[in-house]
Amino acid sequence: MTIRNALELKGVKKNFGRAEIIRGLNLEVREHERHVIIGPNGAGKSTMFNLISGRLKVSEGSIKLFGNNIHNLPAHKVNRLGLSRSFQVTNLFQNMTVIENLRCSLLWSEGHKYAFWKSVLGQDSVTERAYELATRLNLTEQLSTQVSLLTYAQQRSLEIGCTVASGAKVILLDEPTAGMSRTEANDVVQLIQRMTGENTLVVVEHDLNVVFELADRISVLVYGEIIATGTPEEIRNNEAVQEAYLGTEVH
Amino acid sequence: MATNTAAGGINALKLWPWLIVPFIAIVLPFVFDSGHTINLLSHMGVAIIFALSYNMLLGNTGLLSFGHAVYFGLGAFVAMHLLRAINDAGGTGLPIELLPLAGAAAGLGFGVIFGSFSVRRAGVVFAMITLGLGELVHSSSLMFTDFFGGEAGLFGYRDEAPSLLGVDYAPSRNVYFLVVAWTLIAAILIYLLRKTPLGWMANAVRDNPERAQFVGYNPTIVRYIQFVLSACFAGLAGGLFVITNEIVNDEVVGQLQSGAVLLGTFIGGIGYFIGPVVGASLVTFLESSLSAHTEAWVLYFGLLFISIVMFAPMGLVGIVHTQYLNWKAGGWKGNTGIRLYILVSGLVGIFGLICVIELSYHYFRSWDPGAPFILMGISTNATHLLPWLVSFAITIIGFGLMLLHGNPLLKRHISANSDGGKA
Ligand SMILES: Nc1ncnc2c1ncn2[C@@H]1O[C@H](COP(=O)(O)OP(=O)(O)OP(=O)(O)O)[C@@H](O)[C@H]1O
Ligand SMILES: [Mg+2]
Repeated sequence: MTIRNALELKGVKKNFGRAEIIRGLNLEVREHERHVIIGPNGAGKSTMFNLISGRLKVSEGSIKLFGNNIHNLPAHKVNRLGLSRSFQVTNLFQNMTVIENLRCSLLWSEGHKYAFWKSVLGQDSVTERAYELATRLNLTEQLSTQVSLLTYAQQRSLEIGCTVASGAKVILLDEPTAGMSRTEANDVVQLIQRMTGENTLVVVEHDLNVVFELADRISVLVYGEIIATGTPEEIRNNEAVQEAYLGTEVH
Repeated sequence: MATNTAAGGINALKLWPWLIVPFIAIVLPFVFDSGHTINLLSHMGVAIIFALSYNMLLGNTGLLSFGHAVYFGLGAFVAMHLLRAINDAGGTGLPIELLPLAGAAAGLGFGVIFGSFSVRRAGVVFAMITLGLGELVHSSSLMFTDFFGGEAGLFGYRDEAPSLLGVDYAPSRNVYFLVVAWTLIAAILIYLLRKTPLGWMANAVRDNPERAQFVGYNPTIVRYIQFVLSACFAGLAGGLFVITNEIVNDEVVGQLQSGAVLLGTFIGGIGYFIGPVVGASLVTFLESSLSAHTEAWVLYFGLLFISIVMFAPMGLVGIVHTQYLNWKAGGWKGNTGIRLYILVSGLVGIFGLICVIELSYHYFRSWDPGAPFILMGISTNATHLLPWLVSFAITIIGFGLMLLHGNPLLKRHISANSDGGKA
């Protein structure tokens, strides 16, 4: 039995004006795998996420989600096809509380769409799932805390929770542990493993401990191209990778 | 089910304003029974619905509109044409109580059409489009005189229409009760809309349209539905306006009307459901009472608006709410006197400022600046030095005490207390 691909990028290019930032990028992410993207600063990792998630338009090439072309669809349509993401900079509904953020993230996937004839608080399944998510996120004490008052680590966890809540099968996380202490980062890694279970996961990460702990497979993105993809073992032993990237940081 | 009973308990607590306010509204015309006051109260009701509909855009969805009068005004014109048709048919047709529904339908219809291109983008683009649309509709009102009645406007007679309840709407008090009923219905509906998935996502889109997309929502559609519903309620207010005024002219679709609703909503407080209620009532009241007392009333409006924008962006309701929270948290303990002192000195300063403005207005605007006029109950001559000196002195002393003495005193008191708490 062949494993199907959750995501497939073929010859994707993106330029901002004259600058070609993504230059013919090929990537296959298998269903249910945890795929980590590494690469130096400015390599185009966030840009790649923006292209996949519909935040930016692709200049050339194709992106498929479970076999459907998704490049140049608006972000909400990409989401409805089963993909969600977090951002490198925390991106939540800042004026709402934790539980309100979770409820908002659940509304569409629970099928409520743009309804204006029913009450949100009257939807028991939304309430149930929101509380369940809060428990899994360890945020039960902060349910009615406004998001802007949470600690940074809590905000990041909530963002992962909201991403999962939207019912996506493929989840992109852009540097979920950036700016965190060792212990906080460990907590987040465990949280990611706990929250994402069966989902396909694509994570951009700088912290190599996190990378090797989380990854089923790793891809290395340098100057807008994937120069290698493989298991953590293969990547560790890949000479090109060591030269281009790892060699400069790990000695 | 446990959550349901908990919610029920909270709801019972939150229910009382919904009983008290209508009760006061019903009692008021028996206390103040002059025709003028009752008309004023009716206008407040209309303004409240209009402002609540406006805040569905500004407060709930984060859309700043400069042309909301378009939907109010077009609703009013459509309702007026219907009323005239009823008059012409010898008083048969739609009962007068339901006339606002015609306005609402018109608001909805124009909201569907104009909204489709207004809400493509939020922010500045949206604001500019609404401004342009407002101008467009207002200038067409002077071109298409058949529909808009030209400069004279259109008349209709509310007592020459059938009544569902058998009420005679010639007396303005009966009209007022109809206004109260519609205001209550509209307020309840607008309040409940905030509790729905659409209402929640309107807030979400206001806070972060991008995140809303990544949980599956199209921000443009959220804004669009919200816009259409808001236009519908604005039209309802316009239809009600036809009943209270029996005349509409081009002013109802004009920029002044659009500006007034923005002012009122903001002064009341866009972050609170009752903000627009308070703001619209106050602005309507000031408009009619100030304009009778002083020529400078527009200036006072501007000053009030600017001070709210600069010093209390959460509006008057916001000021009261923060002070209330502060008081409840014990923040007033031992410094209530200082707070009162700040309030009183501030009021003295404002009093002085009003005197200065009135003097200037008289001096620069009247034919004969030397003619005596009544200022704060005292006959004054604006060409003499003394009244100017006294007015400036009061202003400076009032604001001076507040800013240089009261405020630092309060700050020191609070920090001394918190230090004491730590020690
Ligand atoms: N909207 C934009 N317009 C122009 N240039 C851009 C834009 N977005 C990104 N870039 C450029 O593209 C390059 C790649 O940026 P990107 O954010 O994708 O890098 P990254 O791999 O995520 O880096 P980091 O590790 O620092 O997050 C950078 O040189 C950046 O300046
Ligand atoms: Mg990045």
